[in-house]
Amino acid sequence: MPAVIEVRNLHKRYADKVAVEDVSLTVQEGEIFGILGPNGAGKTTSVECIAGLRTPDRGEIEVLGLDPRRDRAELTRGLGVQLQAGQLPEQLRVAEALELYSSFYPDPADWRELLEGLGLAEKAKTAYGKLSGGQKQRLSIALALVGSPRVAILDELTTGLDPQARRDTWELIENVRSRGVTIVLVTHFMEEAERLCDRLALIDGGRVVAVDTPAGLTERARIEQRIRFRPSRPLADHLLTSLPEVSGVTRRGETVIVTGNDNALNAVTTVLARNQIVAERLRIEQASLEEAFVQLTGSRLGSH
Amino acid sequence: MSVLNAVPATASVTARNGSATWRLIKAESKLSIRDKVGPLWGVGCPLIVLIILGVVPALREPVEAAGGLTYFDLYVPVLILFNLAILAMTALPTTLAGYRENGVLRRLQTTPIGPARVLTAQLVANFAIALVATILFLAVAGLGFGVDLPRHPVGFVLSWLLASAALLSIGLLITALAPGRGPATAIGTVLFFPMMFFAGLWVPIAQMPEVLQTISHYTPLGAGMQAFQETYLGHFPSAAPLLTLAAYAIGCTIVAVRWFRWE
Ligand SMILES: Nc1ncnc2c1ncn2[C@@H]1O[C@H](COP(=O)(O)OP(=O)(O)OP(=O)(O)O)[C@@H](O)[C@H]1O
Ligand SMILES: [Mg+2]
Repeated sequence: MPAVIEVRNLHKRYADKVAVEDVSLTVQEGEIFGILGPNGAGKTTSVECIAGLRTPDRGEIEVLGLDPRRDRAELTRGLGVQLQAGQLPEQLRVAEALELYSSFYPDPADWRELLEGLGLAEKAKTAYGKLSGGQKQRLSIALALVGSPRVAILDELTTGLDPQARRDTWELIENVRSRGVTIVLVTHFMEEAERLCDRLALIDGGRVVAVDTPAGLTERARIEQRIRFRPSRPLADHLLTSLPEVSGVTRRGETVIVTGNDNALNAVTTVLARNQIVAERLRIEQASLEEAFVQLTGSRLGSH
Repeated sequence: MSVLNAVPATASVTARNGSATWRLIKAESKLSIRDKVGPLWGVGCPLIVLIILGVVPALREPVEAAGGLTYFDLYVPVLILFNLAILAMTALPTTLAGYRENGVLRRLQTTPIGPARVLTAQLVANFAIALVATILFLAVAGLGFGVDLPRHPVGFVLSWLLASAALLSIGLLITALAPGRGPATAIGTVLFFPMMFFAGLWVPIAQMPEVLQTISHYTPLGAGMQAFQETYLGHFPSAAPLLTLAAYAIGCTIVAVRWFRWE
């Protein structure tokens, strides 16, 4: 598949602060590419450079074969952008905004359909200034998609949306992707990244820490499995600690917690079976993307 | 074939841009009206003043050294300038600086239309509101209170166009230099009162002391008033006020364009 976005050694500093140290990434046609990273990691700065809103200090960017700064006029026709901080006039009504923005593009989407799809239909006549935060966010997504872009960059897609609206938005994004639109989305939600993204870039301190599929990232973090169970009969620790697959055994009341690699579960159940012990309330805790994130970036995501 | 195709394609791009600009102008006009600053302070307020002054008999006395025009006659162009000044120097900069502060201009930067056209749309919207207001004031003064139209209509139209150009470019300059929406409103308002003074809002220019009269002729509203007054007396306005207005229009536009910030 051809690359739609190509970023090489992007570097951007503000007056006294380096926001993006060295970012390189390639986004393939038709994929949903996630950008993940702690607050202040340089995600917004990177996507704003890609969208041509900021001039990089160093590095090359190509989007749809165009230079985002030099070929601005042409790029804007094929690129939809949802800014983290993008606004409309307070008094402009929802339907007016969509109709106006759709007139800017050569081959716009049906804005009424977008209005429906984002659950804004009954707000069509409401002024932008009177919308709730989540409704503003949804309108902003609609405006990014109203020009039928080939590439959409969505900064903080579902921040501020309630769980239902978030799910609806995910569905909408999946629909948009099924029409062949390439999507770059900056997100803070692991669930969102896992559900939507084909590949993810982890950015920390202005650098790309890792680029991989969500599953690949989890694996790469080499987070150990945790197995919890209540043995039906007393069980000596050494039976488990002697297993090469197991790295630790702890107890909490009657519950035994075993940590180990991917094969630990097999080894543990074999030992238990051999000793005619039944593992009651058996639970296996898989490494999550969130844990992978914490481990790979050494920081914790904000809870928003 | 490809050549044949290219023509309608280009034509449709032009048509589309045309329709987008037109929609933007319509949207900005609607927003200006919803915003209430222009309609209320720029149109409603001077209209009410005009009607109140129209029923005061004392104002029907001729003003000394004003070529036979009465106080009330002089108030008609003063209130036309009042309207222009409010729209251009407070409504326009407040809106545009607000757009910059709230990221409206930045948002437009990501569309094929770009942010410059919203500036144009705001200018056109305010210009259109001013045009309607001027016609309304002239009609009310003429039909309601028997004030004759300017006796040199071409000169009047030219003066009006130059005065609106000068004031709108001052508005753009305020927008360019003000750091935010609040300061833009403040600068516009603070400039409004002395400028209206020199247009003769409180004391007719002809009755001002010599020094103030001279200063007045070099202020945009004073120059505008001087030009208007001459057209009411039936002359084509003299060069000095017209050149003063043109100088403001060109000078302020150059500086505004040079210093304009989109974000
Ligand atoms: N306009 C600016 N001027 C100066 N510094 C800035 C500016 N914008 C961002 N920064 C700084 O650059 C760094 C990266 O910011 P950026 O907005 O790219 O982070 P982010 O990854 O999008 O964070 P978040 O998750 O909070 O949105 C931050 O330290 C921020 O303080
Ligand atoms: Mg950000």
